[in-house]
Amino acid sequence: MAEMKTAAYVCQGCGLGERLSTQQLAQVAQKEGKMALVREHPFLCSAAGVQAIRDDIEKDGVTHIAIAACSRRAKTEAFHFPAVAMSRANLREGVIWSQPDTEAARETTQEMADDYVRMACAEVKKMKAPAGNPEAARNTRLLVVGGGISGMTAALEASKAGYPVTLVEKTAALGGWAAKLWKRTPAREPFQAPAETGVAAMIEAVRADPNIEVRLSSTIARTSGAPGRFSVAIATESGGAATEDFGAIVQASGFSLYDASKLPELGFGKSPNVVDQAGLERLAREAAAGNAPIRRPSDDGEVKTVVFVQCAGQRDATGEHLPYCSGHCCATSIKQAMYFKDANPAVDTVVLYTDLRVPGNGEDFYRSGQSKGVVFTKGAVSAVEPAGNACSVRFRDLILDEDATIENADLVVLATGQVPNSGVDIEKVAQNEPGEWQPDANSVLNLVYRQGKDLPLLRHGFSDSHFICFPYETRRTGIYAAGPVRRPMDIAQAVEDATGAALKAIQAAENAALGRAAHPRSGDLSFPIVRLDGCTQCKRCTVECPFGAIDEDEKRYPVFNESRCRRCGTCMGACPVRVISFENYSVDTVGAQLKAVDVPDEFSEKPRILVLACENDAYPALDMAGMARRTYSAFVRIIPVRCLGSVNTIWVSDALNSGYDGVMLMGCKHGDDYQCHFVKGSELANYRMSKIDDTLKQMALETERVATYEVAITDIERAPRLIDEYAAKIAEIGMSPLKGFA
Amino acid sequence: MPTALNEQALARYRNDFLREVEERVDEGGWVKMCMQCGVCAGSCPFGPHWEHSPQKIFMMIRAGKREEVLASDSMWMCTSCYNCVVRCPRKLPITTIMHGLATYAHRLGLAPKRQPTRDFSVIFWENFTRNGRANEIRLMLRLWFRDGFGAGIRKALAMKEVGLGMLRAKRMSPFEIFGGHGVKDVKGFQAMIRKAQEIEDRKRGFSK
Amino acid sequence: MANKDYAFYPGCTSHYRGSASNYLVSVESMCRTLDVKLTQIPDWNCCGASVSYAGSGELARHVINARNFALAEQHLPGRDVVATCAACWLNARESKEQLDASAGLLADTNEALKEAGLRYQGIASVRHMVEVLIEDLGYEELGRHVVKPLEGVKFAGYVGCQTNRPFGIAGESFENPVYLDKLVETVGGQAVADYDQKVTCCGGALAVSEPEKSQAQIKDIVESAYDHGADMIVTPCPLCQANVEIYQADVNQRYGTKFNMPVTYYSQLMTVAYGGSAEEAALDGQIIRATRLEEIAATPGKR
Ligand code: SF4
Ligand code: SF4
Ligand code: SF4
Ligand code: SF4
Ligand code: SF4
Repeated sequence: MAEMKTAAYVCQGCGLGERLSTQQLAQVAQKEGKMALVREHPFLCSAAGVQAIRDDIEKDGVTHIAIAACSRRAKTEAFHFPAVAMSRANLREGVIWSQPDTEAARETTQEMADDYVRMACAEVKKMKAPAGNPEAARNTRLLVVGGGISGMTAALEASKAGYPVTLVEKTAALGGWAAKLWKRTPAREPFQAPAETGVAAMIEAVRADPNIEVRLSSTIARTSGAPGRFSVAIATESGGAATEDFGAIVQASGFSLYDASKLPELGFGKSPNVVDQAGLERLAREAAAGNAPIRRPSDDGEVKTVVFVQCAGQRDATGEHLPYCSGHCCATSIKQAMYFKDANPAVDTVVLYTDLRVPGNGEDFYRSGQSKGVVFTKGAVSAVEPAGNACSVRFRDLILDEDATIENADLVVLATGQVPNSGVDIEKVAQNEPGEWQPDANSVLNLVYRQGKDLPLLRHGFSDSHFICFPYETRRTGIYAAGPVRRPMDIAQAVEDATGAALKAIQAAENAALGRAAHPRSGDLSFPIVRLDGCTQCKRCTVECPFGAIDEDEKRYPVFNESRCRRCGTCMGACPVRVISFENYSVDTVGAQLKAVDVPDEFSEKPRILVLACENDAYPALDMAGMARRTYSAFVRIIPVRCLGSVNTIWVSDALNSGYDGVMLMGCKHGDDYQCHFVKGSELANYRMSKIDDTLKQMALETERVATYEVAITDIERAPRLIDEYAAKIAEIGMSPLKGFA
Repeated sequence: MPTALNEQALARYRNDFLREVEERVDEGGWVKMCMQCGVCAGSCPFGPHWEHSPQKIFMMIRAGKREEVLASDSMWMCTSCYNCVVRCPRKLPITTIMHGLATYAHRLGLAPKRQPTRDFSVIFWENFTRNGRANEIRLMLRLWFRDGFGAGIRKALAMKEVGLGMLRAKRMSPFEIFGGHGVKDVKGFQAMIRKAQEIEDRKRGFSK
Repeated sequence: MANKDYAFYPGCTSHYRGSASNYLVSVESMCRTLDVKLTQIPDWNCCGASVSYAGSGELARHVINARNFALAEQHLPGRDVVATCAACWLNARESKEQLDASAGLLADTNEALKEAGLRYQGIASVRHMVEVLIEDLGYEELGRHVVKPLEGVKFAGYVGCQTNRPFGIAGESFENPVYLDKLVETVGGQAVADYDQKVTCCGGALAVSEPEKSQAQIKDIVESAYDHGADMIVTPCPLCQANVEIYQADVNQRYGTKFNMPVTYYSQLMTVAYGGSAEEAALDGQIIRATRLEEIAATPGKR
């Protein structure tokens, strides 16, 4: 493969032959694209067409091919030639399907196609077939951190799939919170009564599983490496530590209960008769052990009235307590009220709620509670006042709109919320400088990653995971968050969550062994290559990588960990000296494309607009718009990018200097409810583009000439409309004054 | 009789009015199933006129507000339009419960005095159980004259136009005043009703 | 086709010279044309209407309805019980559903019925006349007999409450049932499609005990018919008919309106469209004359 031999293939199928002069396209490929070999084919994706390409590769030693046919997202199985570098000119979805089939449009349609052929030829010559990750390593042992329901589920599921697991638990026993419950809310039909927790059986199963090794009273003292080769120091209480290697990690570190002593107005701490939900579980278990009804803690008296106060220190608007809903506690209170009702229907149980939230089949459970006679009252509790053995619960009845009091409550149960055990907040706790690394007692994972010791957080202290598309994917490749550390949840949800996370962890370990990327570019063999001699040690890549893939050596040069990398290209977009690239995607591959476009002169009335479209959402949306025959301006030239984060500002200034009249960037939604597949990419791009106004002013250009849009994959109608609106805007401000100078 | 019943009920239930309603009011067992969504309150045609919507009545029952509920005139404002019933997400037979609560309050003697619908209800029942079918003329006359003779004449005069119109339209017969139509087996009809009430009283604990 | 036999339950208001006698007369005319045979349940009794609850209690209410079923089963075996009055139908059907669902209730009911020498077996089913028309005959059959389409007459179809809720007719929506509009169109009339007071409550029995509140409802019902350019209101319910027609004078007095909107029964429309005379359609039973219908009835039609 020393020498580059290029070939271009122009397809005439799918109507391309009728709508376009493929002969002219072939000429463009030959003359302007300088392709050594150019073929037209009536039906390129057919067995014969594919065979022709294969023959050229095998017999003629073709190394670089440009396929001018359908979108790169179509016919991927037919056009699968892993041994060569390949580019695709999108003539079908991107040209004939998105342009009107009229005589008037014929000329501009052909011009569009010509340009896409020029671009594909220019691109492929800058590409190389990826050789694969040199750092690939196979280790199929998984580390699960946390021995509660989530952790045990992850361990059991991984083991069932044939993967060995080491399960690390901080305390001296497995079971976590669930082991402290007397019963759980039911997860099965008919959702009518509290159910056995099943924790004992689960612990038994873990113990009996030869594939699972349990480390109790142990914590993680240090984690380094990458998927396929994590090296983890597991410390025991006695002070010993052993380092072991793992392929992937599941973090199921669970939650802590919100500290009820922050709620003195609700009587907590003033009387033993005011408990949190965990406190009531304890009473219930003690009572069950003695085969007796639950007694009043203060004097062991009979319990006749129990009041449940929902949302205690939760859904709080004052900023003092938890702002969010923990989701499970309404159902938990219903369950606890049933502890009393099932034992003795004469006990009065009142649930005071402002909104009763019982997602899923919780509705059936709620009804069951009602039919058992649990009284539900919509009321906002202002105070719980213990006096002697009784408590008065003062509240506003929100239905009857009056102040009310329940006197003589024997027990008051506060429904406090879940606080995630997510370790340290890396935004607030800086990582140690290279060479000075120390473990942090508050950290769960103690990562030596440059960006910090634990998983980045999203909101309210929960570990960030891609909650819309890939719920278990955190921002550290190969480390999967499961259970309430990720978001508040109940047992049933945690089981499902942990199962998913275990499977993702297995996938990550296997991908790492093959040197391939994890989602969303799963299977990609390319990886960032840095030309260190040009690096200025600016640290932008290290800081901006959304996945913490880049560390620093002691001389402050970036150290790329290929297996931790998701191949988003954000580092490439960030690098001011442009020394980061991929074999099949680089500053040059895109730069060559935008420069290959034929930019007509100022008087042609044919502006050129460059669209850099995210390949995950905006580009598919535009393809689908084509499939639906939604037309858009013939003046755009669209280049797919891995992520808006990979857009290097040089592309924008190159385009403007080459006489383009406008540049549109289309990427995913960013912010707290981001949809960016690479979490931070579109946010960073947005930030970078906000700075470009100054550049435009220096170039004496209108700021409108660069515009950034949030486009979702569902924007099939909207994306073409945005293009047309932008084209109209450009028509309004006029052609670029920079044409012809490049 | 109502007073004795009342005391008995009070003693037996003390503060658990919900349970009392469950045992003694038609479809009362449904009250606990209300989820307080308020759809019924927003659906009721006479909503603006009554103090407590069905939603509130059900909440008051759960709050143990026995006197307020039974003395409320709200249940008597139900027109049996069934709007609430078809809309209630919990499928409560609200209309029947409202009528049931009204009936219960009436039996205990706690319902509001001279409540027009209460009076009408009783008059209607007595009217048609007399011979098995409703007699519209006698029904109207009794209703108009329930406030005394003078008021009755005034009301009759006020309604004179309506009555004459009905007469002219042959939709009223003055002869109905003297007996009118009815079932042939009046005896059996009445015995059957007595029996039904006897069974119910026994089952609901109104009698032994 | 047709030729169907039913056990007829006319109800208290429909009898000779009752407030809904015009309903009865027109139903009989309509059924003659449609070859539907109605045989009165011998010695039927009042259903209890919607307002007699204070005196009755739950069981008595079911027992009086069960008495009618028992009589129908005994004297008119195999026939469906058909009511024309909305309240009769609703009460009867409610009792039937409860009785069919609870063996205990059925036993208690039969214990009481024994006093009248009767027994309910749970066979007879309860229908409304409109169900018979729509489900047993169908719009096509109903349209086949039209000889004088009610062309150019605009009807506000006022369905009201009790033929609509809680059971409904032919599974139609509670919020916007359309069967009445379809009936109007079947006989060649024009239905007000967006009549927004279609299912508003007229006050029902409370028109008597709470006249002010009910008349506010009635005002809305009539006003909207005017707003939509209706010539008259048509309804399937005798209580709706009576309330909305009779109290217009009171509404006029209370609100200073000048309402004079005829309120007719579907059966009157059908009788006229089938070529019946004003008398057969009992148009002389209107307090507010339905002149447009009278005119059509008076024109000679091919019969
Ligand atoms: S689940 Fe219920 S108690 Fe818990 S925070 Fe949410 S609304 Fe409040
Ligand atoms: S920014 Fe993206 S491409 Fe660069 S190292 Fe990080 S994950 Fe890989
Ligand atoms: S962004 Fe570029 S210059 Fe800066 S540290 Fe990374 S590789 Fe070096
Ligand atoms: S049925 Fe009674 S309570 Fe229900 S909406 Fe109608 S009037 Fe109100
Ligand atoms: S509609 Fe039903 S559930 Fe809602 S408040 Fe009324 S009775 Fe309760």
